[in-house]
Amino acid sequence: MKSAVITFPGSNCDRDMAVAIEKISGHAPARVWHGDTSLSENYDLIAVPGGFSYGDYLRSGAMAARSPIMQSVVKAAENGTAILGVCNGFQILTEALLLPGALMRNSGIDFVCREVPLIVENDNSQFTSAYEKGEEIIIPVAHHDGNYFASESELDQLEGEGRVAFRYVENVNGSARNIAGILSAKGNVLGMMPHPERHVEELQGGTDGARLFESLIKTLLETAG
Amino acid sequence: MKIRIFVTLKNGVLDPQGKAIHHALDGLGFSGVNDVRSGRFIEIDVEDNVSDGDIDAMCRKLLANMVIENYRIEKMPESVPA
Repeated sequence: MKSAVITFPGSNCDRDMAVAIEKISGHAPARVWHGDTSLSENYDLIAVPGGFSYGDYLRSGAMAARSPIMQSVVKAAENGTAILGVCNGFQILTEALLLPGALMRNSGIDFVCREVPLIVENDNSQFTSAYEKGEEIIIPVAHHDGNYFASESELDQLEGEGRVAFRYVENVNGSARNIAGILSAKGNVLGMMPHPERHVEELQGGTDGARLFESLIKTLLETAG
Repeated sequence: MKIRIFVTLKNGVLDPQGKAIHHALDGLGFSGVNDVRSGRFIEIDVEDNVSDGDIDAMCRKLLANMVIENYRIEKMPESVPA
């Protein structure tokens, strides 16, 4: 799997993401800097990692979404490349309009940092096919702005099209309809607040995140085969 | 030319920061506060030939998130040299 991890000033989960992808795919991802204006290859996966890009100035993800590299990421998304945005990466993808809605300050004001149970809502996307619909998995969250907001009509559309990927069992941040992760209309962009890259080996306390990356590899092999 | 831009959450969008500020005001003993909404104030200094349309586009493309926020543009009167 040819992949890339984008690093912005203030990203802090880029290394974790790269380590997780290499562990599961066997190939180290390219590391791409925010100021790069183009992606040097056609990647199978582009990961937009967590952190506090640009110090969360203006709004979480707002500055990163307008950085030079994101124009290339948007183009890649339009061409069908798998794009995974985790935590700040999810915020960046909504700010870049690759995903609908916005991520607001947690309704309880507090930064939430703990392992949370999620329900898998969609098991037929390229990110989730190794899970089972309705399955409960444990993935850590660590965020201040994870309160997913979208208009009622957008929420209905997301639900109707099966684009809610994951839902919180317990609503930890005030998200509309307990939404933890959503897919784009074409299904090749996933944004989620929980960190799958932080649960890929037992040493981290769990491995439920690993199957997200395994799903991507499975899809890739099926497409190639 | 100085332009002031006020970015506020749309009606109906929950404002946890406003709620926390409200709670703190109550805690300080200020009574009679019905509601608190927080927002963002941005002042930009632009050349006189920058059009209203451009300023509007700046708000829509970056300064406000149109999913959750509204914005209001206020042009400052030119200061008179002393």
